[in-house]
Amino acid sequence: MPRIANLFFTCVVCVTAAMILIAAGQTALRDSTHTGSDESHTVRDASVHVAQSESSASENSAAKTFPIIVRKPIGPPRIELAGTDPQGRSASVACSTCHSVRKPNLENVSAATLDEFHQGMTFEHGKIACYACHNPSDADTLHLADGASVAYEDVMTLCSQCHSKQAESFAHGAHGGMNGHWDLNVGPQMKNNCIDCHDPHAPAYPKMIVGFKPKDRFNEPTDPAEH
Amino acid sequence: MTDKPSLPIVENFSRRAAVKGGFATLGAAAFVAAVSPLRQAASDKSAAEFMQQHYTELSPEQKADVIARLEAETKQNYGAEVTIGDDRPIPGTKFVYAINLSVCNGNGNCVEACHKENNHDRSTNQSYIRVLEMPMGTMDMEQGTTTYTGAVPKDGKFYLPVQCQQCDEPPCVDVCPVKATWKEEDGIVVVDYNWCIGCRYCEAACPYHARRFNWKKPEVPAEEVNPDQSYLSNRIRPVGVVEKCTYCLHRTRRGKLPACLEACPTGARVFGNILDKDSNLRWILENKRVYILKEELGTKPAFFYYFD
Ligand code: SF4
Ligand code: SF4
Repeated sequence: MPRIANLFFTCVVCVTAAMILIAAGQTALRDSTHTGSDESHTVRDASVHVAQSESSASENSAAKTFPIIVRKPIGPPRIELAGTDPQGRSASVACSTCHSVRKPNLENVSAATLDEFHQGMTFEHGKIACYACHNPSDADTLHLADGASVAYEDVMTLCSQCHSKQAESFAHGAHGGMNGHWDLNVGPQMKNNCIDCHDPHAPAYPKMIVGFKPKDRFNEPTDPAEH
Repeated sequence: MTDKPSLPIVENFSRRAAVKGGFATLGAAAFVAAVSPLRQAASDKSAAEFMQQHYTELSPEQKADVIARLEAETKQNYGAEVTIGDDRPIPGTKFVYAINLSVCNGNGNCVEACHKENNHDRSTNQSYIRVLEMPMGTMDMEQGTTTYTGAVPKDGKFYLPVQCQQCDEPPCVDVCPVKATWKEEDGIVVVDYNWCIGCRYCEAACPYHARRFNWKKPEVPAEEVNPDQSYLSNRIRPVGVVEKCTYCLHRTRRGKLPACLEACPTGARVFGNILDKDSNLRWILENKRVYILKEELGTKPAFFYYFD
């Protein structure tokens, strides 16, 4: 008896399996004829997509979205006049107001030898002459070692002639203060220029006074609670 | 990951289990003395806070609830409107810091900037940074002192700012009995201040003295509270827990520079993503001779010092 039951059961299973297989095969066939074109479409789309994301990735690493902005000094300095006019107004004048009518002394290296203007100025920048940086033929600009004139705004070009090590470090964010973003995909970064921190006439970084100190066990005999 | 918060006792992962264990091994009196600041902490702990799961086990909804609760508590206790973010590591970043010791003059502006940025206790002038005045010719930070005052730099000295080095092999993480502190994918070692039991093992384990303990409830006047906060970073910490520098993750994970770097008037500090081959950090590592502190300990700091 169990034998016949077994046989019968096997038959049922076989028939069911065959039905399922056939049905599945037909569906597959229908699908493949139907969606053939769709599929190729999807594939093409995907490749476009990949290409797009690749190009945006390379853009990100090559040209960052936000700039590094180096602060520029405001143009040529202006000289405040000591006296006032009959209406009591004070005035400031451009360097060239006086310097275009005075003969430059190319040898001068110190404020001590000046008999009229710029007296009492501290000058501690090696042994260079005033006209190593200031332009003798146009007092409202500076000039490079090769004589090319350079605007006051671009003073960093001038400094970098001698201080190339610092300029190189600066270019790699390893010299000079900054703020803003480390990630230029998110926002810009602002950097100081040379003369924000260094007085061009006495460039040694000034001494500072220590202000803030944490009150902890490294500083004081401390809090009894800590022992 | 974890589907539903289960009873935390099942794993030895809960502070409650650790507290119980502590009682069993130390004896009640010794343990109570050891964690005395904790008693004060426990008294102002809300029930919701005590029931909170470990940060890494919170679902997004639970996190949102916790953060809303913390914002409300800050409003209530400090009178300040703050937003607490849940800043996660940016994929493809590993943060590294470098300091140019030829340039640092020990003025301490970074120390103060950290104090303000990270909502430190005002009465103790707490900060995650210490600047050590060092004798020339050694990199042994134990020879430095922080007690110098007046005009800097002084002759014959250099200045060594020390803060958490975000070690790649952090001993502080290994010793935590409740896993309240761990290292994230961008290299930052963080603390879940709501999970920390204040045992201070990590403070003792850190060779750089970089961890700080909140002996008292931090005092910060409402108008001085920095409202841009993050859960794992500068939100006001409760009393009785340990805290540390997080490279200002509430800023740096949003693309900004750390507060100590922006405050540095000498430009000695450099921060960036070491995985970016064009980064400032990579240039320094390739072109300068860099030092790390206590190299022999094998902690592998993500913090470099150089001279130029
Ligand atoms: S410096 Fe100290 S606190 Fe920071 S990761 Fe290293 S051991 Fe931990
Ligand atoms: S004090 Fe440190 S070691 Fe102890 S629980 Fe807190 S984070 Fe972990």
